[in-house]
Amino acid sequence: MLSKRIIPCLDVREGRTTKGIKFKNNVDIGDPVEMALMYYEAGADEIVFYDITASHEKRDIMIDVVRKVAETIFIPFSVGGGIRTLEDMRDVLLAGAEKVSVNSAAVRNPEIISQGAAAFGNQCIVLGMDVKHVGKSEQIPSGYEIVINGGRKYMGMDALAWALKGQALGAGEICLNSIDADGTKDGYELTLTELISSSVDIPVIASGGAGHPVHLRDVLTQGKADAALIASMVHYGTYTMPDIKSYLDHEGVKIRSAW
Amino acid sequence: MIAVIDYDAGNLTSVSRALSHINVENVITNDIKLIESAERIIFPGVGAAGSAMKSLTRLGLDKAIRQAVESGKPVLGICLGTQIILQKSQENQAKCLGIIDGTVQAFSEIFQSRGIKGLKIPHMGWNRIDLKADHPVFAGLKENDEFYFVHGYYPLPDNLSQVIATTDYGIEFPSIIGMNNLVATQFHPEKSGNPGLTILKNFSSWEPC
Repeated sequence: MLSKRIIPCLDVREGRTTKGIKFKNNVDIGDPVEMALMYYEAGADEIVFYDITASHEKRDIMIDVVRKVAETIFIPFSVGGGIRTLEDMRDVLLAGAEKVSVNSAAVRNPEIISQGAAAFGNQCIVLGMDVKHVGKSEQIPSGYEIVINGGRKYMGMDALAWALKGQALGAGEICLNSIDADGTKDGYELTLTELISSSVDIPVIASGGAGHPVHLRDVLTQGKADAALIASMVHYGTYTMPDIKSYLDHEGVKIRSAW
Repeated sequence: MIAVIDYDAGNLTSVSRALSHINVENVITNDIKLIESAERIIFPGVGAAGSAMKSLTRLGLDKAIRQAVESGKPVLGICLGTQIILQKSQENQAKCLGIIDGTVQAFSEIFQSRGIKGLKIPHMGWNRIDLKADHPVFAGLKENDEFYFVHGYYPLPDNLSQVIATTDYGIEFPSIIGMNNLVATQFHPEKSGNPGLTILKNFSSWEPC
């Protein structure tokens, strides 16, 4: 039986891991390669890196981080943030990442999904979605709208329709981030996650709002997510990977228990 | 020296990096002479069966792989590399190498025909294996060890004695197949943490009888 994946997420700016709330007030919390190794050894099932380096010219710093991570850990990891072209995808994959995630670039140019899938395989392409609850309307029938620029810009696109379109274009996985829940530590957006995950055939990673192991249990069962992204709850030592996994195991969620 | 066969099919560097990490000398290559002289062969791959077969044929690597298997040297297939060892794939109805008799099946078709619902495709993530018999390449693994899979198709040899392990995803499918000097995993040992590195280490010293 397939295990539910627990995935630490590292925001990286100019080669250092940072953490902010709702994309603001970022503080330095360590070296991404060292943190990746720590999580690998602690039983992380995968790792997600978001490059939040503002300047596109400094992308080489991230490629260097990716290369070092690939020499250090032997589980899959993905890289997102600032991926705009096939060339950006190729750089990250050749440096050793398993997957690339595209978010606002795909909103602006959906063809990047199909081009990436054709060039590197569907399994390489993760569609990142930032979503806000706006209430149902004619334009947004699901009540959830796609936003970009860290939640500042509303795109007038329905989140469910976009998820289905992303799948049709060849995305191999969806990373679904609720801007409303992000940084709150009050739990994942269960309604949204359940809606998207039960409507698509590809795996869905839930993101935003994790603060307690119970939140992971809820999103992996009730929310029907295939994987759960975590950040501050482990970055600051509030919980460890083994704490979370043994809780989930105890709660009957199938997780990878040996590594 | 292990030759990791390069045929433009996905992330070969991760196999090479994992081998280097456990101090196993290796080279990523499509040079037929180098493949002939290598002690062992790893045949990895990510992507679609049809385009992979085209690349292999264009580079003359289809013959090189057949020869390696016939020569008796240890050969390890990984993921798409495993599927291509069979005769034919349901993916684009691609004709494959035919080293092992059998076909590559789609999860989507078997799920539909058996009325299995609610399972995502690809089968992506960590899952266990159930070893059918002891095998030196898979020695030293724990029962609850898990391995990283990402695939929408799975190998199905005609001769079930060539199934070394199975995995449960809606159905019980072959996750390791092999015969004589050939072993092939549907999962990615190079991305499966310590249990995966154990397999690569075992393979690098395996002497098939």
